[in-house]
Amino acid sequence: MDALILSRIQFGANISFHILFPTITIALGWVLLYFRVRFNASGDQRWMDAYMFWVKVFALSFALGVVSGITMSFQFGTNWPGFMEKVGNIAGPLLAYEIMTAFFLEAVFLGIMLFGASRAPRWLHTLATFLVAFGTTMSAFWIIVLNSWMHTPAGFEMRDGVAFATDWGAIIFNPSMPYRLIHMLLASGLTVAFLIAGLSALRLLWGEKGHGVRTSFRTGITLGALLIPLQIFMGDMHGLNTLEHQPAKVAAMEGNWDTQGNVPLVLFGIPNSETRSNDYAIEIPNMASIILKHKASGVVPGLNDFVLEDGTVKHPPVAPVFYSFRVMVGTGFAMLFLSWAAVFLLYRRNWKAELMPKPLLVMLVPMALSGWVATLAGWYVTEIGRQPWLVTGVMTTKEAVADVPAPMVLSTLIGYLAVYVILLGAYISVLLYMTRKAAKGEPLVEPRRPSGAPLPTPAE
Amino acid sequence: MEFLGYPADQWLPFVFAGLMGLSILIYVILDGFDLGVGILVPLAEEDEQDRMIASIGPFWDANETWLVLAIGILLVAFPTAHGMILTALYLPVAIMLLGLIMRGVAFEFRVKAPLHWKRFWTWVFFAGSTMTALSQGYMLGLYIMSLDSTWATNGFAFLTAVFLTVGYSVIGAAWIIGKTEGALQRKAIAWSQGGVWGLVLGVAAISAASPLVSPRIFEKWFSYPSYTYLTPLPVLSGVLMLFVWTRLRALAKDQHSRYAWGPFYATMAIFALSFLGMAYSFYPYVVPEKMTLYEAASAPESLIIILVGTIFVLPAILGYTALSYYLFRGKATELRYD
Repeated sequence: MDALILSRIQFGANISFHILFPTITIALGWVLLYFRVRFNASGDQRWMDAYMFWVKVFALSFALGVVSGITMSFQFGTNWPGFMEKVGNIAGPLLAYEIMTAFFLEAVFLGIMLFGASRAPRWLHTLATFLVAFGTTMSAFWIIVLNSWMHTPAGFEMRDGVAFATDWGAIIFNPSMPYRLIHMLLASGLTVAFLIAGLSALRLLWGEKGHGVRTSFRTGITLGALLIPLQIFMGDMHGLNTLEHQPAKVAAMEGNWDTQGNVPLVLFGIPNSETRSNDYAIEIPNMASIILKHKASGVVPGLNDFVLEDGTVKHPPVAPVFYSFRVMVGTGFAMLFLSWAAVFLLYRRNWKAELMPKPLLVMLVPMALSGWVATLAGWYVTEIGRQPWLVTGVMTTKEAVADVPAPMVLSTLIGYLAVYVILLGAYISVLLYMTRKAAKGEPLVEPRRPSGAPLPTPAE
Repeated sequence: MEFLGYPADQWLPFVFAGLMGLSILIYVILDGFDLGVGILVPLAEEDEQDRMIASIGPFWDANETWLVLAIGILLVAFPTAHGMILTALYLPVAIMLLGLIMRGVAFEFRVKAPLHWKRFWTWVFFAGSTMTALSQGYMLGLYIMSLDSTWATNGFAFLTAVFLTVGYSVIGAAWIIGKTEGALQRKAIAWSQGGVWGLVLGVAAISAASPLVSPRIFEKWFSYPSYTYLTPLPVLSGVLMLFVWTRLRALAKDQHSRYAWGPFYATMAIFALSFLGMAYSFYPYVVPEKMTLYEAASAPESLIIILVGTIFVLPAILGYTALSYYLFRGKATELRYD
């Protein structure tokens, strides 16, 4: 394998690992603020109980997001120097604004939010919680601006092979930015909604009776039920926007090889890049044309349009985009079905979380990670779907890669992968551990022991 | 877009080099002390470890953000240099990043994982902190050696790796002296005393090596009249080291002295002076002897849009950072969420 493919795997692994944690913290910050404000207003302890459990999940997720994010900022230089050399004049200010308006805000006020409850006045602590939530959202804003610009570049001109900014308004509000930003923020909201619902379901199954867990459960499930229809609608809008600006990506998502009318919706199939058709396809006639063009005879661009005369392929690899898209959509519909069923049952039972039927709770537990699955699948669709371009029409991924020997990249790749696997395992098992302790009503932080005292035997 | 008579492609790169230098300096001091605390952790008892880590808990994340800002400015203001430097330092950067990952997550896992895993995560915290410090020192050495990779330059880089790590442990111990009392403070005084040699040798090695490697730097320091107005720099460093040494001895005798923060501030000043000296040596190069910061700079229209934001945002960042240090002033106790 050459340095290009290894660097791509490394960056892909890195960014996949990274996105898991911001996806949680972006929305969880706002949920924490909600708990905090409800407590301020009512003085009802259950809101504080909910806050105290989820703030720990937030702290843990935030730490993992920070360290994996730092890694990425360095990889621009170590693995992809061509990127900044060519489009640095655009990407640079956007990244600089992310650091200045988001990173410091989050980092400093996180310290106050986590450890300052007894030192800071209540208004300052609430303000800190707000600023952390605001900071994570600002961070998402700037990075999505840059990412969207790479998909649908605007507001620049090329001089001597280097991009120069001509219109910052057009750069920031580039054609795909609003769609991608809202799609991602909703994805974060859904990830957190189902994480809260799933872990609270587990706590209920493990017999927890407190009011904090019931409040958490209701908050999570209601949030999920509210956001999922919005997300399905937004996803559709985003798809239409992509059809306009990156038709090859949509063709790969749909598995549509020829430009034609009456395109069927391929529910499932195996895209075959040799025969350039789908094997074993299960299709709904005309449906893709109806979704994308709003009429059965609508002509949809196909993949074969993106093969040059000499056989050079200018469209993304079909299979990963095609499958990832189906995983994302499938997960979305599972979210829709389960959250609406749960809200319906809650409504019928006077919003008493403790009266939820066991099978529903059991089904909600694995949904705790459903947001991760859908978010990753969605990012694979959009990022693999951009290939072979790094910045659409401006530079290919291959042009940006560093001249570092492949064995060197391989060694760091193995190192990163090993660390990520261990950390992911540790993260999930600590979440489960915290959930179990909460379910048993034990304090989360161990009381300090004087030095020299024997270690107490762990309960399990 | 002239400023004080300088054209935009002159003053903007200079201002950004200054901002980058400032970020690196703030980073080295702030993350220096919390990395130092990580390096020292195995020397303490378990409840002392809790207090040591509690003393940096509210700050470490913001401290590391200065590294992101520094590397961010290098990336956005000097993109070509960013690529050259980071590809030349590929492996030490990767080791540093692994170290930063390990120590960053260890903060959280230490207190949230089951109790019998705590020692493991404390060890990860130590290992990550040490890896980070060593690789930063190694990169510093290689940078001074103009990023050339030979047996001799790598040997020098290994030396600076050790010196910087010991230097971090000194400022880390000095922080603990200020932040704690009793037996732990007594230990920290001894740790500081044990590490001062690293600080002295490190500053000496950097000061001696830079002019020896580069005739240009030699010329800058030792030609008349520059050495007359540069003399205060080494003299002041010497005085500060003497001050640290005598302060530590006094503190070892009388722990209740009011000036427990003295060694910390003095060590900070030593870091700052060494940094100023290096900045003077390497100016105007951003990649030593290969590329000046004027050659590496981004387009003025991109730099100006960052600068406008910086003028408003940087004071705010400094302000709320100060608020955080003020809020968490005083001796460290245990870290609690309530």
